[in-house]
Amino acid sequence: MKREIPMIITMVAGLFMLIAFFVPHPAVRHLYEGFQIWVIVVVGCTYVLGVANLLRINWRQVARREQDWPYKIVLIAGLLVTMAVGFSEGTHYTDVTSGFQWIYQTFYSPMSSTMFALLAFFIASAAFRAFRIRSVEAMLLAIAAFILMLGRVPLGNAIHPAIPAAADWLMEIPQNAAKRGILIGAALGVMATGIRLILGLEKTYGGDGS
Amino acid sequence: MLFAVLLLASLSSASAIPLQASDTPNDGGGSITLHWTDPSAPPPRWTVVRRERGGTFAPLATIDGKLQTYEDDTAQPGTAYEYQLVALPTDPLLDSDISAPTQAIANWFDGTKLNVLVVAGLFFLLLFYYIFQAERGTRWTFRKIAGLDAIEEAIGRATEMGKGVFYIPGVQDIDDIQTIASMILLSKVSRMSAKYETGLLVPTNSPGVYTVAEEVVKSAYADVGRSDAYRSDQVRYITSEQFAYVAAVNGMMLRERPAANMLLGAFFAESLLLAETGHSVGAIQIAGTANVHQMPFFVVACDYTLIGEEYYAASALLSNDSRLLGSLKASDTVKILLITVIVLGAILMTFGQTWLWDFFATQ
Repeated sequence: MKREIPMIITMVAGLFMLIAFFVPHPAVRHLYEGFQIWVIVVVGCTYVLGVANLLRINWRQVARREQDWPYKIVLIAGLLVTMAVGFSEGTHYTDVTSGFQWIYQTFYSPMSSTMFALLAFFIASAAFRAFRIRSVEAMLLAIAAFILMLGRVPLGNAIHPAIPAAADWLMEIPQNAAKRGILIGAALGVMATGIRLILGLEKTYGGDGS
Repeated sequence: MLFAVLLLASLSSASAIPLQASDTPNDGGGSITLHWTDPSAPPPRWTVVRRERGGTFAPLATIDGKLQTYEDDTAQPGTAYEYQLVALPTDPLLDSDISAPTQAIANWFDGTKLNVLVVAGLFFLLLFYYIFQAERGTRWTFRKIAGLDAIEEAIGRATEMGKGVFYIPGVQDIDDIQTIASMILLSKVSRMSAKYETGLLVPTNSPGVYTVAEEVVKSAYADVGRSDAYRSDQVRYITSEQFAYVAAVNGMMLRERPAANMLLGAFFAESLLLAETGHSVGAIQIAGTANVHQMPFFVVACDYTLIGEEYYAASALLSNDSRLLGSLKASDTVKILLITVIVLGAILMTFGQTWLWDFFATQ
């Protein structure tokens, strides 16, 4: 029953959500919106489990003096202090002058921006590998990328007006065609996965006892 | 004198524009749509007035005089309303007729989604047909996907090297279909890891995903009879913040130096940050996503990439279950039909026939 009950719930909820997609009647719509609220409530409850897991794992690493354990203390202290400040400020935690916002703007935001900024270096290293011409496909990729990059900056137009036009053509025709092909395939994949779950054909996620 | 008044009244009546009110179709019953024909010299603005049957008119909205339609989405279902357009500035000669009493009706089917219903219904029928065929013993051959064969190879390599496997299920919550598909694949990967006694680490960025992933991994270990090998710190909740998650996972990769990285799920700006770090530690990398804009990053930085539908087909192909493979067959058949419809639609549009295009147009 441990496996059957979740599967029955998945099937009933999945079929209901599928039907609700086509039915605008309030009798169905209200229940549909209720389901969406339930999702928020359930996800809210999982935060308790998630934070407990985070504290448990990191505290254990500190207690065992595992590699880089001082950083775990920073993490635990950061989590607890931010939570304490946020809870103490109640609904005012979003105010510009609140302590919670000060922590967010002073610590989190610059660190997050730094991580994002690293992307520029990673793109450069990935592009270096991607544009090494080792096959016909890689050559086509490199030529397309060269035209596109040149066409997107003023220098391209200064060299010849056909370069930005060629870049636009690449984006509008071959790129769009390939992207739409992938999207149609992915949409059918979504449908197939959804139906497999709703009908209980796909049950490995809950363990099938095999 | 009396004759002149009657004449004026009749002229006024004759010149009033007809106003048609009707229930807005395909909705939940809170809307009535008004239509009228533009008078030859429309006023600058109209005031739309409304009354319940037998009541007095009250202004509802002021709209541009050039409009020919208005949707009242404040109607109560089951209440009959009458409407009138009043010219602004006031000019009784331009005012519209009073519309017939109309009620907003709640519909049980949204007709604008008929095209989706037809395709979904066709998919269901084909699916049941192919499952029936599969149960009668029919087998189909599917194209080999290198990335899927590489999963077992990567776990085997990790086992030989005595290192671990990282499984990163994307950065979307558990209500995203890509994350759900990732949980199905996680089950397969966990079984292989448990079977080979290879360390598996699943850092998650959502507590919902963490809760499900923990259950999936635990069940997979139990299924292969290795419950004793399951450790409670294999599945971890890191943070829901995108770049903080990347920083933590990259740090874990650099410390633990896994032999294999599996990036399967919905990824955004963090895709290349994770994949390049994995590449720098020498891990064999298998990625899979349906996010079109992240695919080039994975193709460049990873050894194998499951693109779009390959990602969704992975669990069925790995299981080799004939009923699951039947769903792939149904998916392929619908794809052939859609390609046929696209070609047919292009031909019809070339000859000025728009009915097929109209049917598949989304609202």
